[in-house]
Amino acid sequence: MKYVTEFRDSKAARALSEAIRRTVRRPWTVMEVCGGQTHAIVRFGLDALFPPGLTLVHGPGCPVCVTPVGLIDQAIHLASLPGVIFCSFGDMLRVPGSVRDLFAAKAAGGDVRVVYSPLDALTLAQAHLDRQVICFAVGFETTAPAFAAAVVQARRLGVKNFSLLVAHVLVPPAIGAILNAPGNRVQGFLAAGHVCTVMGCKEYDELVRRHRVPIVVTGFEPLDILEGVLLLVRQLEAGRAEVENQYARSVRRQGNPEAQAVLREVFEPVPRAWRGIGEIPQSGLRLRHAYAEFDAIERFGGDVALVGEGGVEDAECRSGLVLQGLLKPPDCPAFGIRCTPERPLGAPMVSSEGACAAYFRYRRRTDSLQEVRHGE
Amino acid sequence: MCLAVPGRVLHIEEGPLLTATVSFGGVTKDVSLVLVPEARVGDYVIVHVGFAISKLDEEAAQRSLDAFAALGELGEPEESAP
Repeated sequence: MKYVTEFRDSKAARALSEAIRRTVRRPWTVMEVCGGQTHAIVRFGLDALFPPGLTLVHGPGCPVCVTPVGLIDQAIHLASLPGVIFCSFGDMLRVPGSVRDLFAAKAAGGDVRVVYSPLDALTLAQAHLDRQVICFAVGFETTAPAFAAAVVQARRLGVKNFSLLVAHVLVPPAIGAILNAPGNRVQGFLAAGHVCTVMGCKEYDELVRRHRVPIVVTGFEPLDILEGVLLLVRQLEAGRAEVENQYARSVRRQGNPEAQAVLREVFEPVPRAWRGIGEIPQSGLRLRHAYAEFDAIERFGGDVALVGEGGVEDAECRSGLVLQGLLKPPDCPAFGIRCTPERPLGAPMVSSEGACAAYFRYRRRTDSLQEVRHGE
Repeated sequence: MCLAVPGRVLHIEEGPLLTATVSFGGVTKDVSLVLVPEARVGDYVIVHVGFAISKLDEEAAQRSLDAFAALGELGEPEESAP
């Protein structure tokens, strides 16, 4: 596929990894923020191309993974109400709530449907005027404008049976929280190229100014990630801390003004709890007062709000450490044994961007092959 | 979640959602251009959950690919980023 295949070329990958090897003189720990990048790194084995002193840790950039248990419980509660069609992206369905997941709610008779776009949920609402269609609005700044645009369109069309359960989160406050954590060892960041496609680079200038860490806005294909790492280690070795844009084919410094405008029109920042991490100030979004009629929690009243307060996470799941880059998935005692994609203890094992899912899917086979070879 | 894929705009319908037919390596899908109203037929756009979020800068893409090729031939990293 054009603009995908070219960025997976193995000869260029070798040249980039050679350049990284020649550049690195001291040990460095850098974090890729986005779970999409984590998956590319693990899937293509990019970490094997780095010199020994360079450590990549995986960040919290998986919105499904950081959605608090209380919100999942609210989703399950809403999905179980009579007359409701509950729409969600597919990878949210297996995320464990306090006692069950959305799949279980569907099996118990809830009308849960997987959608690809918020517009699919809006179309469902127009086709089922006698039902209430609720869409689980999950995602970072990349995704929030799409939900905002769907809300604006719903108002324009006068659709009254459409609402959102909003779980949007914002990336820069999470990077700030990682940098402020007492045990932080991250010295540079690969920022998420699609978040910056929407928001631009301005918020990252502020992080660099305040914390003196280099940030390279990076794409998602193997060559993007390798070049992002190269730019980052060049800055680290030279003692520079700047925002650089590796993903220039999509990211403009000012971002996407239309997307930012609709996001600001419909949503406003609020403090938000991140699953496994805790509350981070101004790190989530909620619908503005002018759009409160599209808020599922407002629409369905007090019970739903109460359901959200009692969320209980699995005691054995260490996803909080994984999401902060403090633990690699295979080092979790439950990984692959008591926690698998079929029976997950936490969200990172089931989300398409979850670090645990990436290691389970792409690394278990290599590890067991190596074991076989050792045994021969 | 932030997965977004480049595709080529084949056709645009006027209307509040600026719905376009976009080809992803031959597979076509309806995509709203409401967040990238400057996109035209023939442009590549980067698509996320049914919405284009940017117009792909083909010159910038080529500059990146040229820089990778130069890196491979020279065997030396260039000091300036593409």
